[in-house]
Amino acid sequence: MAADPILSVRGLCVDFSGGRGDVRVLDDVSFDVGRGRIVGLVGESGSGKSMTALALMGLVPQPQGRIGARSILLDGTDLSRLGPAGLRAIRGRDIAMMFQEPMTALNPVRRVWEQVGEPLAIHRGLGRRAIRARVQEMFELVGIPEPQTRLDAYPHQLSGGLRQRAMIAMGLICEPKLLIADEPTTALDVTTQSQILALMRDLRDRVGTSIILITHDLGIIAEMCDEVNVMYAGQMIEQADVFDLFEHPSHPYTRGLLASIPRATGARVARRMPSIPGMVPNLAKLPPGCRFNPRCDAVMPVCRRHAPDLLRLGEGHVARCWLHEAQDALPKEQAP
Amino acid sequence: MPAPASHARRLPASPGQAPQAEAVLTMLMFALRRILVSIPVLIGITLILFVMLNVVPGDPVALMMKEHASPEIVERVRAQMRLDDPLVTRYLSFLGNALQGDLGNSIKLNRPVTGLILKAFPNTLMLAVCAAAVSWIIGIPAGILSAVRRDSLVDRFFMGFSLLGVSMPIFWSALLLQYIFAMQLKLLPVSGFYGWQYLVLPAVALGWSSAGVIARLTRSSLLEVMRLDYIRTARAKGLHETGVITRHALKNALIPVVTIMAIQVAGLLSGAVITESIFSIPGVGRITVSAISSRDMPLLQGAVLFTTVLVILGNLVADILYSILDPRIRDQMGRA
Amino acid sequence: MMASLADTPAAAAETLEETSFLRDTLHAFRKNRMAMVGLAFVLALVAGAVFAPWISPHDPYRVALDDQLLPASASYWLGTDNFGRDVLTRILYGARVSLVVGIVPSLISMTIGTAMGILSGYVGGRTDFVIMRLADMMIAFPSLLLAMVVMYTLGANLLNIFLALALVGWASVARVVRSQTLALREKEFIEAARANGTARVTVMVRHIFPNVVPTLIVLFTLAIPEAIMWESSLSFLGVGVQPPEASWGLLVAKGKEYMFQAPLVALAPGVAILLTVLAFNFIGDGLRDALDPSMKD
Repeated sequence: MAADPILSVRGLCVDFSGGRGDVRVLDDVSFDVGRGRIVGLVGESGSGKSMTALALMGLVPQPQGRIGARSILLDGTDLSRLGPAGLRAIRGRDIAMMFQEPMTALNPVRRVWEQVGEPLAIHRGLGRRAIRARVQEMFELVGIPEPQTRLDAYPHQLSGGLRQRAMIAMGLICEPKLLIADEPTTALDVTTQSQILALMRDLRDRVGTSIILITHDLGIIAEMCDEVNVMYAGQMIEQADVFDLFEHPSHPYTRGLLASIPRATGARVARRMPSIPGMVPNLAKLPPGCRFNPRCDAVMPVCRRHAPDLLRLGEGHVARCWLHEAQDALPKEQAP
Repeated sequence: MPAPASHARRLPASPGQAPQAEAVLTMLMFALRRILVSIPVLIGITLILFVMLNVVPGDPVALMMKEHASPEIVERVRAQMRLDDPLVTRYLSFLGNALQGDLGNSIKLNRPVTGLILKAFPNTLMLAVCAAAVSWIIGIPAGILSAVRRDSLVDRFFMGFSLLGVSMPIFWSALLLQYIFAMQLKLLPVSGFYGWQYLVLPAVALGWSSAGVIARLTRSSLLEVMRLDYIRTARAKGLHETGVITRHALKNALIPVVTIMAIQVAGLLSGAVITESIFSIPGVGRITVSAISSRDMPLLQGAVLFTTVLVILGNLVADILYSILDPRIRDQMGRA
Repeated sequence: MMASLADTPAAAAETLEETSFLRDTLHAFRKNRMAMVGLAFVLALVAGAVFAPWISPHDPYRVALDDQLLPASASYWLGTDNFGRDVLTRILYGARVSLVVGIVPSLISMTIGTAMGILSGYVGGRTDFVIMRLADMMIAFPSLLLAMVVMYTLGANLLNIFLALALVGWASVARVVRSQTLALREKEFIEAARANGTARVTVMVRHIFPNVVPTLIVLFTLAIPEAIMWESSLSFLGVGVQPPEASWGLLVAKGKEYMFQAPLVALAPGVAILLTVLAFNFIGDGLRDALDPSMKD
């Protein structure tokens, strides 16, 4: 993994208490984000990718959710040791987040510029005039045409693409160290989608923001990311450099994902979640052994008894699968 | 970058045009349309009212005056009320006169109904305004607290209290207050209307039940809003919870509450009928009750018509207020 | 009973489904403690009202001028009124009026409202327009004043209270039923029935109506306390039930003259109203949550 990462997460767990006892929705998640890198989090819905983002921000639904971690180092600061006030100071200033549906993520009864500029009021204590001027600059930066006429608009008066650009402007307005984009283009049409992605890449190159990109779309991962983290049922199951992952997918789940992308022809129309037989398991009723074993096409007896750990396969490449363990290192059948 | 025009949906055609002016115009158009729509309802109500009051079996004049009146007087009143004309003619002249502010003469007091009502109305208005103030001052903070501290003891206490409020007949809570604060503790006058202290008990009695309604509505509306995506966005900016509630949740949550306040006019004016007779406040409600007991048809007709028009006005104001407060509705109205 | 109904496989499936829906509903309702408390109170009240002549310790109409305005005691649990009549007995007899007034007008307004609502929603067009404008007017009218005007015109007696309250209540029922009917119209099974050439009346009665019944049950339970409140207000203002008949509102009205000497005469019947209204509201809320969780605010 990258030296001197901007973000380094170790052992992140999230538990939810519900009517039928506690459920661990994130289990021992660790990953790094290098400076100026775009890191992908990919997986089916329910895999825990969005929960990871919310947990980093300390925004897990309260009071049911509880976050725990060995450490979450953001540029040297351990977020896991910060109290609510400390986390608030980080949110919006050092880590910003943009969400999937820009229509519902913006407050319908407040003008766009007030919302986009609000982090400046919170973290920098700027006055209205200064904020307005800065928002207009940001609008120009993110390519909103005629920014001065859009400042006073309400969210519903903007198109989906413009709203998402405004969300990006909001995220970047305090020049955060890290931007988390949770499915930023899912709600957009294909043309707007590629414009927004191009904008994000361009901003990374110009401003140098590190980005965590959450998506279920491997096409977007291939286009955007430097590194990829694949998640399944609340766990990291494979981490690799993007080329490495696409060249040598090591977890059967990742292979399944890749196999179902239409390739080469260029007609990458159906960028849907590929169909791997079966469903994401209910986190309250996980199968014994490897969480993926009921759906795995390379399942071995050991997979049904023992949960594999992340195995190091190469430089920056790990996978949670028994296939890559040396034969004699596999747990004995009678083991506990 | 595509042409800017394709991004704009409903912004003013030229960027120079002030959006405010357009918004005001839209609003006025909407208000006008809304007023036009309520005219048929108003006419229908006068018709229903007129028919109901004028098909009383038996001669209303004789019924009211019993055997005391001489035949000449009965004849004079009959002519005055034009009881011998056909119903349609009488209705049209009633409507025409009412439009000019003439609601006929009270049989009992032999004075213009309009004058009697206008003299009594300030008292009713004062009572209703104070009662409304009581209900908001109690209801809104109680609702907000209940929502913020959901399922806590505070929540249960307020919600239990509000259930009591809506389940108590106004006349009974009025009597109870009168008994405790006027008769036993002697803190406030029992009845009459000679100064502000005479308004306290009636206003509390009347405001009490709508405080319960407002508290419930505020609570459920705020809880609803707190689940929305833009609340998460506000938290992601690093806003503290109080700021999230006051700056982002409250305005949205209070929109339905504000419109209920205007609709509340109906409840307050009906309640005033009861409260005014218990506390002997010379208002429109007391006129209504005394008109019934003295079988003074023109007075009853005038008082009920007056009150109903106020209620319809209240609904009108509610609708217009809604469109002012919610920019989404405002634009919808403008386009409709 | 199931065996006799389940002659054909289709009937068996239907019965099974209905019983499980019923069972689920009952189960959810039974788990709601407040609703069960409300139900127990209402059942006790109904028993008290029905058996009033046998269980009440005194004659509700007998005037005993020696026993005027007595405080609560062993023989008069809630004291006596200005005619020396037992307040508790008067309240028990008043329960008869209040329960009947709660139920009968609600039944009438539910019937009218349902018919109007289904007609309006299903037939649409001009019928819909006329019915809904009529409902708009009824709703724009302040209910208490409308009821007072009706009572003024027709005269103060129990039958006219039924009419007045039914007139006040039908419009809001019609609105709810109409919106449900509009939603149901789009459902496949209604479209199928229409495509089969089923007569409109049959579709409305056999297909739409059964589907609004759960809502109607809830609306009905919540209409009862409202009617009780309106009746008590009308009687309190002197345009409802007339003496010597006793309804709770009237008892409060008559008792308020003696508030200073004997507050219980006026306040005790009010407690009866409060508890009854609360009980019905609990039942209504419980039923709503059990029958149709989506109706919950």
